[in-house]
Amino acid sequence: MRYSGQMPSMLPPLAMTAFTATSAMGTGLEATRAALHARRGGLAPCDLPGMPEGIWVGRVPGLEEVVLPEALARYDCRNHRLAELGLRQDGFEQAVAEAAARHGATRVAVVMGTSTSGIAETELAYAGRDADGALPPGFDFAHTHDLYALPRYVRARLGLRGPAIAISTACTSGARSFLEAQSMIAAGLCDAVVVGGVDTLCRMTLHGFNSLELLSRAACRPCAADRDGISIGEAAGFALLVRAEDAPGGGVALLGAGASADGHHMSSPHPEGLGAVAAMRAALDAAGGGPVDYINLHGTGTRANDAMEGHAVRALFGDRVPCSSTKGWTGHTLGASGALEAVIAAICVADGLVPGCLGVETPDPGFGVDVAVENRQAPVRRVLSNSFGFGGSNCALVIGQA
Amino acid sequence: MRCGIAGVGLLGPGLPGWAASRAVLTGEAGWEPAPVVLAPPAALPPTERRRTSVAVRLALAVAAEAAADSGLPPEALETVFASSNGDGAVVGSILDALATPGGAISPTQFHNSVHNAAAGYWGIAVGSNRASVSLGGHDDSFPMGLMQAAAAVVARRVPVLFCCYDAPLAPPLDARRLTDTVFGMALVLVPEEAPVVLSVELADRAEAASAGALGPLMAGNPAARALPLLQTLAAGRAARIGLPLLDGGAVVLGVEPDLAPDGTPGAA
Repeated sequence: MRYSGQMPSMLPPLAMTAFTATSAMGTGLEATRAALHARRGGLAPCDLPGMPEGIWVGRVPGLEEVVLPEALARYDCRNHRLAELGLRQDGFEQAVAEAAARHGATRVAVVMGTSTSGIAETELAYAGRDADGALPPGFDFAHTHDLYALPRYVRARLGLRGPAIAISTACTSGARSFLEAQSMIAAGLCDAVVVGGVDTLCRMTLHGFNSLELLSRAACRPCAADRDGISIGEAAGFALLVRAEDAPGGGVALLGAGASADGHHMSSPHPEGLGAVAAMRAALDAAGGGPVDYINLHGTGTRANDAMEGHAVRALFGDRVPCSSTKGWTGHTLGASGALEAVIAAICVADGLVPGCLGVETPDPGFGVDVAVENRQAPVRRVLSNSFGFGGSNCALVIGQA
Repeated sequence: MRCGIAGVGLLGPGLPGWAASRAVLTGEAGWEPAPVVLAPPAALPPTERRRTSVAVRLALAVAAEAAADSGLPPEALETVFASSNGDGAVVGSILDALATPGGAISPTQFHNSVHNAAAGYWGIAVGSNRASVSLGGHDDSFPMGLMQAAAAVVARRVPVLFCCYDAPLAPPLDARRLTDTVFGMALVLVPEEAPVVLSVELADRAEAASAGALGPLMAGNPAARALPLLQTLAAGRAARIGLPLLDGGAVVLGVEPDLAPDGTPGAA
């Protein structure tokens, strides 16, 4: 019984009244949607300086040209440029402004996930130390590298005055923002929450995963029998969550969220995926236990993660539910991945799409699950979206028709 | 939001544990800053134990004290870990390596650099698979972390272990984010009746609570913003504690001790 009953109380579903994503496969929803349907991935050989040799990444084009509003210039760093670019898409700002007008700016919270925030600024500052080893005078830790900088930027940029929360649970950070939003609204702290995740390419992450020998030397191929590792990407994913009764009917909703911990190892998943099963089960229970039509896997492309996840999915669903990873399009966007993939799930629901893994000829037969390797058109009412991370952190979301 | 406080943990200079620090917190004894002794967490397997840093040892020590104080099984508690700096020593050594030509990152250091490293080690130490979240928050880490922990208790009716800790960053980064000392505290929050009731509310503004003679300690570590609350709990008195936030607004804590029929604090 150790892995049952994680979250005894069910929280009400929340409508996703606006959402947007920016990643290597596209800036904004329409580009993302078009890339999914055309099976056009965004991974390419890494051309950023000072990175490990011979790797591929999912880089968002044009970040170098993004300019933050003058009043927020002190926040300038790659991570906040990506946040800014993402916030400009799909009428997201306007939707948030309408929620603030309706509920009051103090009643709209911001919950953002990130693994490394603006640490690239600190990497640059370390490279620019003076003879005494001091960091350059222009370096602003609190508004760039600090984890709180991301929700502070988003809150200020959107003119909100509700609470700001920075989540950093490694690669579950973006997904976890949805669960925290549910708790906050249920507890009466706010009426609407801007959730999401933003993470950007930085030397710490790329060299770190390289030290673990987990990086693929080509575009990652999650679920492939011969998969050989991760491609790291960068992304911003955002959603505006409100109570179902505060949203127009139809649309897409967060139906349930669940989390667990492995309590097993800092960087290796539990081999049988017990923590993953617990998180998926908690999310499914929270969503009222209905069937799901597609599982968007965490699916990083490493031998260990994908085998664990295949095992966990088989334990819960057998081979009855099609599943795939969309990281072949975007790379693993770390603390943004859960938010990015929640938005992809919303697209799949709207379009009746099961996106097949990119670049996979033979799915790993050891999984014993239905891995889609070509796009399928099918009714998709509910998507289960998985995120797992270092520290044994697990989070699963059920996104579906409201 | 209202919840019960079932257990407390504390560790800081001259504050060697919750029970051992009550006299200092109430002002009955003077505060004498003394180095914080951080033993490797005995509950971890030897390999993991060796890998723990100051920040992780600090977090696990106060979490363990609060869990034991609550009498609840530690593995049954959801957790909220809040920290401004996370594991600054580990992050600093990686930044040094990245800035050194040919410098290599150690894989162990990389997985220890995640902000949820302390939470991960806690889960391994107590064998827990309960949900856990790790938050940043700069100088707001304590109020925002406590708010999220209370929200989880109120929304989902589960007991939650809240742990707030910070240790100094490594040079040269420490010059840009001043953290004088190590400080950690933990609370076990419960949805049901408990000897002390804690309320957590958002407000447009609030006057900042004072930590009295412990003011210098509070000023030198973001987690030590918990001191006015800890002083109130140690004294067994009622209080309202204002915690203004960096970008406006405030969190206001209310403490209502268990009162005997004559209005005096109950079980001491």
